[in-house]
Amino acid sequence: MKHVDEYRDAAAARACAEAIAAIVTRPWSIMEICGGQTHAIVRHGIDRMLPEGITLLHGPGCPVCVTPPGMIDAAIAMAERPEVIFCSFGDMLRVPGDNGSLFSARGRGADVRMVYSPLDALAIARENPEREVVFFAIGFETTAPATAMAVLQAAREGLGNFSLLVSHVLVPPAMDALLADPACDVHGFLAAGHVCTITGYRDYLPIAARHHIPIVVTGFEPLDLLQGLYLCIRQLEEGRAEVENQYDRLVRPEGNPAARAAVDRVFTVQAQDWRGMGPITQSGLGLSPEYARFDALGRFSEIAVGRERPGLCISGEVLRGARKPGDCPAFGKACTPEHPLGATMVSSEGACAAYYRYRRSPAQTGKAA
Amino acid sequence: MCLAVPGELLSIEGDDPLTREGRIAFAGIVKRANLAYVPEARVGDYVLVHAGFAISVIDEEKARATLALLAEIEFGDEA
Ligand code: SF4
Repeated sequence: MKHVDEYRDAAAARACAEAIAAIVTRPWSIMEICGGQTHAIVRHGIDRMLPEGITLLHGPGCPVCVTPPGMIDAAIAMAERPEVIFCSFGDMLRVPGDNGSLFSARGRGADVRMVYSPLDALAIARENPEREVVFFAIGFETTAPATAMAVLQAAREGLGNFSLLVSHVLVPPAMDALLADPACDVHGFLAAGHVCTITGYRDYLPIAARHHIPIVVTGFEPLDLLQGLYLCIRQLEEGRAEVENQYDRLVRPEGNPAARAAVDRVFTVQAQDWRGMGPITQSGLGLSPEYARFDALGRFSEIAVGRERPGLCISGEVLRGARKPGDCPAFGKACTPEHPLGATMVSSEGACAAYYRYRRSPAQTGKAA
Repeated sequence: MCLAVPGELLSIEGDDPLTREGRIAFAGIVKRANLAYVPEARVGDYVLVHAGFAISVIDEEKARATLALLAEIEFGDEA
């Protein structure tokens, strides 16, 4: 087994879709949390394989998309300092703040470097002791252990020229916030499998119970997604609201204990601003007091993080699943991946970019249910 | 962003808990990843890699069970 192709079989996918059609008696709206899943669903046309009445809503699960514009402006301000080498995941470079993007800052001469891992940023710090190296630490629970390890290694080596601009976000509090909104029309969730490899799924039990909503931990391949949908819809039809694990080949109930221990040591849970959704309590990570010296906002204390300004873009509603990209008048016109107006267009995992790439014609863009 | 890819662990180097590394084969290319978070991983295991770190080891038995369940959906439908 290679653990990829087995989950892409077209005949099995059709059979799974038929099995779903066989058990559906009522319309249901199901939200996938993760942008990677959104991308896979639109790319493989999984939403179109489903019977009439099953609506897939795309959730806030793209860390690039939900990073607040003020953070991006702070990143640019740091990157433009002559002593700084600013390191970021590639997805983040084109995301607009209120003052352009990191990419445009690089065009003006800032030393902005794309890295694949936080450990790459650490290596750059070791190689450039005369420069200040800042890593833009974004991501969900999946990525936080990687950031934590960079901090643990930097601390052990006593690296004084490495710091982090931290904008890590946590999934369960955002799900809770979505469900608390009276306008929320989500009946079931596909929880993000890769997040759960780290955290496990015990945190989801109280959410499922409190809101009486099924939550199925789901993988990223077409058959994973279809099986996750099947399990979720079966629960809905049977009136159950449990946490189920479709992705048990990789997700254990307790998650990854070593990774969780590192995250708990380096970070503390705190309130966090989400682009388009505003502040959510307990939904982000900040450096714990023991590692606060690695906080770039402490090191460059003249740089402040501004508040989000309202604009034309409806990506906030897209992120909450309240509207679909096709509902936005700017979609594909004023707003394209080359000239994005909002973050859900700029990251390849944003719902607007996924629809733009795979569903260009207006008839295909989908309206919110 | 949470893109994570399964690959086969070819070799393990080092024994420092923070910097242990593995060579991992993904459909033809071989890359290195930090193994600090998968102390249980053995050569020959498939591991899931994200941002330079192996974050979970694939449970082959569970993988087979998932595929069997999918096949059952398929046949159950025809029965
Ligand atoms: S199409 Fe562009 S402007 Fe409209 S919601 Fe999406 S990102 Fe915002």
